[in-house]
Amino acid sequence: MALDYEESKAKIVEKLQKKLKTKSKFYFNDLAKILEAKPREAKKVINRLVQEEILEYWSSGSTSLYGLKGTGKQAHAEDED
Amino acid sequence: MAKHKTPLLDQLESGPWPSFVSDLKQQAEVRAKNKEKVEFQIPEDVVEDLLGILELSFKHGRTHWKHGGIVGVFGYGGGVIGRYCDQPEQFSGVAHFHTMRVNQPGGKFYTAEYLKQLCDLWDFRGSGITNMHGSTGDIIFLGTTTPQLEEIFYEMTHNYNQDLGGSGSNLRTPSDCIGQARCEYSCYDTQALCYHLTQEYQDELHRPAFPYKFKFKFDGCPNCCVASIARADMSFIGTWKDDIRIDQEAVQAYVGGEIAPNANDHSGRDWGAFDIQKEVCDLCPTECMWMEGDKLMIENKECNRCMHCINVMPRALRIGKETGLSILVGAKAPILDGAQMSSMLVPFVKAEEPYDEIKEVIEAIWDWWMEEGKNRERLGELMKRQGFQRLLEATGIAPDPRMVKEPRSNPYIFWKADEVPGGFERDIDEFRKYHQR
Repeated sequence: MALDYEESKAKIVEKLQKKLKTKSKFYFNDLAKILEAKPREAKKVINRLVQEEILEYWSSGSTSLYGLKGTGKQAHAEDED
Repeated sequence: MAKHKTPLLDQLESGPWPSFVSDLKQQAEVRAKNKEKVEFQIPEDVVEDLLGILELSFKHGRTHWKHGGIVGVFGYGGGVIGRYCDQPEQFSGVAHFHTMRVNQPGGKFYTAEYLKQLCDLWDFRGSGITNMHGSTGDIIFLGTTTPQLEEIFYEMTHNYNQDLGGSGSNLRTPSDCIGQARCEYSCYDTQALCYHLTQEYQDELHRPAFPYKFKFKFDGCPNCCVASIARADMSFIGTWKDDIRIDQEAVQAYVGGEIAPNANDHSGRDWGAFDIQKEVCDLCPTECMWMEGDKLMIENKECNRCMHCINVMPRALRIGKETGLSILVGAKAPILDGAQMSSMLVPFVKAEEPYDEIKEVIEAIWDWWMEEGKNRERLGELMKRQGFQRLLEATGIAPDPRMVKEPRSNPYIFWKADEVPGGFERDIDEFRKYHQR
């Protein structure tokens, strides 16, 4: 069954905000687990969250992570926010 | 006069090989003189500062680059790799020094005009330093600032018909050999398949959702010019089903010295007369070739496609006519557990549009790896952790002796209850009638 977007968005934002004190970047699988969905289903929602600028990508070059837009040390340190 | 003194880097120039330090110094000078009057959009002294920060790294014995970043172009999770230095006051030219990966054209065929366009764009909006090509095959642009990224992306996609490549936990830029465009050994059209899958899997290429990187590479024959068997999570290697075609007259021409062996390669010194027994038959790894009088004979079913005989005598021996490809999976570089070569998964499949059989295998593998793979675990590592048998179950491919690498005789076979008549349940009393405890 397709995931409800608004419901999924609320779940992700709530969980990620809760964890902000300790962690600001998350693996794709962490997000899929929050949604309790298969990766392909979760990807549709996560792509849209990026399009709507709620989430943003972070990449080391070899690995990609996701975070709430504008959060974490780097956004401030590099003047990218 | 150089902006920074670089005695340690200068030493690198003294070796016998061409030095990237000399190249960088040359580029720094070109930018300083700016004969073509380019309106540089990033600091003019970017290359000077790059040399300066590298010198400092040598001096300190530690890197001054920070790890990764949030930069990118809108909607893409790959293709741009954020790089920042931790000495921005001293080396302001490289405070931002992002990498961009450009999806190279199939077979790395391009025109001089295309290259000139890219270089002009990169001189204008970047450092002018490129890497031709990265190990995934991309054209790599080294060093630009954040505001330039969208500008470069717009120019490339709207005016040059050119996309960015993959980076991060994405499908990486698919890479292929020159294939049938130039090579008689090619068993399938590598560029057609590479292009088709690049278009088909745009979402996987640009929006990261994999546990880690994933690479496709396409080699037209087992010579593996793009080293797919060593580097790609999925290697597509051309092969043939029928017999190697032999032109016995040409064999004799090689034996008689009328045609130079190895397509005249290694001809810089006198190796003596060509000895077909020593240089071809005796070097066959499966010992499936021999001479019967003047005739070269091949026991084709023993051939393991090493390509040696064909490479030595290309005018006499040719690949078979019934061609296609083998799919091997799981190669990787040595971060965990050492380097790994690909393992045979599909011994033979025709490479014909719309490539549905191939896509079925790819998608089944991705479904398995996306669900079962740990964060930062390559496919080859998952195969090792869960076993090749799990891969077969996930892809629905039946086991085949050609998948067994070693031992080649008496392999262990793990049967499951539903594969054994009556399963593993048995009447213990009946068993005890014949076997004492």
